[in-house]
Amino acid sequence: MTDNLDKNRPTNEATDGPVNGATDGPVNGAADPGKIQDHFDLFTTDRYQELFANKRQYEGAHTAEKVAEVAEWTKSWEYREKNFERQSLTVNPAKACQPLGALFVASGFEGTLPYSHGSQGCVAYFRTHLTRNYKEPFQAVSSSMTEDAAVFGGLANMKLGLENAYELYKPKMIALCTTCMAEVIGDDLGAFVTTSKQEGHIPETLPVPYAHTPSFVGSHITGYDNMLKSILSTLTKDKKAENTNGKFNFNLGFDPYIGNIRELKRILGLFGIDYTILSDNSDTFDSPNTGEFKMYNGLTTLEDTANSINAEGTFFFQKYTTPKTQDYIAKDWEQKTYNFRPFGIKGTDEFLMNLSALTGKPIPLVLQQERGRAVDALTDSQAWIHGKRIALYGDPDHVFNLTQFLLEMGAEPVHIVVTNSNPDFESEIRELLTNSPYGQEATVWGKKDLWHLRSLMFTEPVDLLIGNSYGKYLWRDTGTPLVRIGYPIFDRHHMHRYATLGYQGAINQFNWIINTILDELDRNTIVPAKTDISFDLIR
Amino acid sequence: MTTVEDRKDLISEVLEAYPAKGKKRRSKHLGVKEEAASDCGVKSNKKSVPGVMTTRGCAYAGAKGVVWGPVKDMIHLSHGPVGCGYYSWSGRRNYYVGTTGVDTFGTMQFTSDFQERDIVFGGDKKLAKIIDELETLFPLSQGTTIESECPVGLIGDDIEAVAKLKAKETGKPVVPVRCEGFRGVSQSLGHHIANDTVRDWVLPKADDYRKLPEGFEPGPYDVNIVGDYNIGGDAWPSRKLMEDMGLRVLSQFSGDGSFNEVVMAPLSKLNLIHCYRSMNYICRFMEEKYGIGWLEYNFFGPSEIAKSLRKIAAQFDETIQAKAEEVIAANQARMDSIIAKYRPRLEGKTVMMMVGGLRPRHVIPAFRDLGMKVIGTGYEFGHADDYKRTADYVDNGTLIYDDVSGYEFEEFAKQLNPDLIAAGIKEKYVFQKMALPFRQMHSWDYSGPYHGYEGFEVFARDMDLAINNPTWSLIKAPWTE
Repeated sequence: MTDNLDKNRPTNEATDGPVNGATDGPVNGAADPGKIQDHFDLFTTDRYQELFANKRQYEGAHTAEKVAEVAEWTKSWEYREKNFERQSLTVNPAKACQPLGALFVASGFEGTLPYSHGSQGCVAYFRTHLTRNYKEPFQAVSSSMTEDAAVFGGLANMKLGLENAYELYKPKMIALCTTCMAEVIGDDLGAFVTTSKQEGHIPETLPVPYAHTPSFVGSHITGYDNMLKSILSTLTKDKKAENTNGKFNFNLGFDPYIGNIRELKRILGLFGIDYTILSDNSDTFDSPNTGEFKMYNGLTTLEDTANSINAEGTFFFQKYTTPKTQDYIAKDWEQKTYNFRPFGIKGTDEFLMNLSALTGKPIPLVLQQERGRAVDALTDSQAWIHGKRIALYGDPDHVFNLTQFLLEMGAEPVHIVVTNSNPDFESEIRELLTNSPYGQEATVWGKKDLWHLRSLMFTEPVDLLIGNSYGKYLWRDTGTPLVRIGYPIFDRHHMHRYATLGYQGAINQFNWIINTILDELDRNTIVPAKTDISFDLIR
Repeated sequence: MTTVEDRKDLISEVLEAYPAKGKKRRSKHLGVKEEAASDCGVKSNKKSVPGVMTTRGCAYAGAKGVVWGPVKDMIHLSHGPVGCGYYSWSGRRNYYVGTTGVDTFGTMQFTSDFQERDIVFGGDKKLAKIIDELETLFPLSQGTTIESECPVGLIGDDIEAVAKLKAKETGKPVVPVRCEGFRGVSQSLGHHIANDTVRDWVLPKADDYRKLPEGFEPGPYDVNIVGDYNIGGDAWPSRKLMEDMGLRVLSQFSGDGSFNEVVMAPLSKLNLIHCYRSMNYICRFMEEKYGIGWLEYNFFGPSEIAKSLRKIAAQFDETIQAKAEEVIAANQARMDSIIAKYRPRLEGKTVMMMVGGLRPRHVIPAFRDLGMKVIGTGYEFGHADDYKRTADYVDNGTLIYDDVSGYEFEEFAKQLNPDLIAAGIKEKYVFQKMALPFRQMHSWDYSGPYHGYEGFEVFARDMDLAINNPTWSLIKAPWTE
């Protein structure tokens, strides 16, 4: 790390001792301490390498030869077969659990405090996870249930929890989800909320949607669906009007790119379409620093949400995240639902054409020009991605969108891993792959994890891996360059601010992919007098 | 009015926001260090008040995340649904040396990924199968710990029976850790439970499990480093200091530790304990059982490092004492120059802290070395003995908050307006939005190490770059002034 002070330091400063560079052993009498060694410098020095070597004798470690032998074996087909035989063990899964999705969607609504009913550790984890991805505060509370609640149930905790949360944090809505504990002991959320209101712990008028979100059912996308459905059904109760309000509702699903919400709003603005985003958490995860902490940043108002029942229709961009909500809207609201995937060129084309047809508004010229630019950009760089073999993983809809985009660029998806898969998704994506000349090499690995993917990548190597930050371990082990697209991304900054949606989003994603390929090419051709004959200035 | 009274008024003011019951309970956890008081005047290790936004985690976090997780060559199975293991995956920066996935497993997530049928029919059979599959795929692992998550304890699974059977079959330790998240009031019980599993499941068989280095003979200077989790590599500069003063470190438990080091521990003469909160239990047990003494030390900042080195050396003979003095002397000039560089930039700056096991007190002298003053501190999951120890570290008038709620912490910070807040990731961006400089004191904000002399250099530089970060001056738009 560069010391911001050292930049201003005169270079001719007189000192008694060494100023710059690594110094083994204590330095005597230096007026300026010079370089401070961070962990990434310090532990590669000889003195620490010796310390590690000396420590090893106490570790009871296997011999270096044995470790190397087993390491090689884990790369083999034999290992792959054993790895795929496992039935009970999960290693490095690409899925989280329900409440994460529930908190994520709840936080997009105005003045909404997510509340996790059950053990308190869960909410600490959810908050930490979201905060690490976005580098933004994420506020949520818990019932803090302990052993006594396991015996007597969580009613007392909930009453007190709702009362305190309401008084301290003045929410306009409390969105309740559950942890495993509350589910296993069978707490009756509906009755608990009613009792809490009747006894005056919170006002009768305070909306408290609740969703059952045990970690042992589904994944974070299931929790998203359950909570969204609950919020909509709570807020739209008795709000059905005679006539529609002329608006359309849009839902993006568990989409970590808040840039997508802003891009969608821009597109709808260009069309001149009146809309409600269910739910708009773009400011929740990207609020301006004004010097004042603002607790609630959800942009979807409760009023607009209540009125969403009267919209012309609701668009969904992640159909495998939202099956229950869609079913509810279709049946209970008797409202039309639409599923589109405005990612990549063709997906965006299809969305815009249908939006235009449904609203009777022409596709804005600006977007038509953007399309031309995006296609132009793709064409300019396509040679570098054509025929590249790709491994990718993530949530069903996320993976579907990426696959569609890769295929239209001539890249060849090979290993597609979806831990939280489902049969409908698998048949839809298989059809997509079958119908493309670039999809013929692909295998969809439903319910598999990243340790399976490791075997796949060793036995059938690929050129590029697309995934979240956890993909970096596969990058390290297999040497396959990683493009970070997904959730969570902990080890790169600001990715979530960009759009991956629409034509602009296509350019962003393409930019990340192409420049990763080019960076890798540079890294592989950087050895002077050896590989640098191909260290080209112009690529 | 004195500071003590000011602070008491502040506490009353902040408590006003609570409903009666919440106010009553929270009031016992907020206090001010008063002159001549032998503790901090707060209750601790009590249930968190529901709904107030505690920062605390759970027993699972304490057992898997803190105590067992860093033992690098064992597989730590998050037993239950997928979430707990997922969120705690690679989150804690317990550095280790090893080939991950082959002979070490620290940055991997192993889970039994419970489904509804496992809840209904029980998970013991699945657990047994998982341990077989682990053996097949990770033959170099030195054993398994099973960290049970909430449902396991509620559905009445017998993980102990499975552990016994599988330990016999595999010839490796299989340790059942009953750290369901609803047990106890915080991470703290998880530490205790994990310590107890070392006592009950590991140490009784230590002689069988132990692999001695070639030609090993116990020596008079053998020590263990206990309760250093090697965040950002903290334990290594600590080990280096011990070795430089002539001690031989047999075991690091648990940062960068191996299972063999755990079973080497009883051969030592002295347990040197950094995080008292999370590991005092096993130290007390080893004292009782093996007659091994234990000593707390503090390696934050040159003043405490010197004090601790001398305190440790005093347990040994003159050779060690002389070498300790040499180590202190050898580092003096470098420390002086670090302080000369950073102290003028940090002099008089105030700090509010809120962390976990030992840092709310141990880091205070490191701040003092830099001319900084801690005006408020508290623990997520401290006990009375922690607050008693804290009383020796803090100045009179220091605001003390136990298991502080989000609301309280924000209000205290607004009123006291410190120059730096040092707490965790969940708090970081709240305060940065308030334009308050912040450093994470659990993960060292991805920096480190902070222990030892080399660690203090990084610490000093980091506190400076947080406080004197030029972007703080950009927050207010010029047209709003």
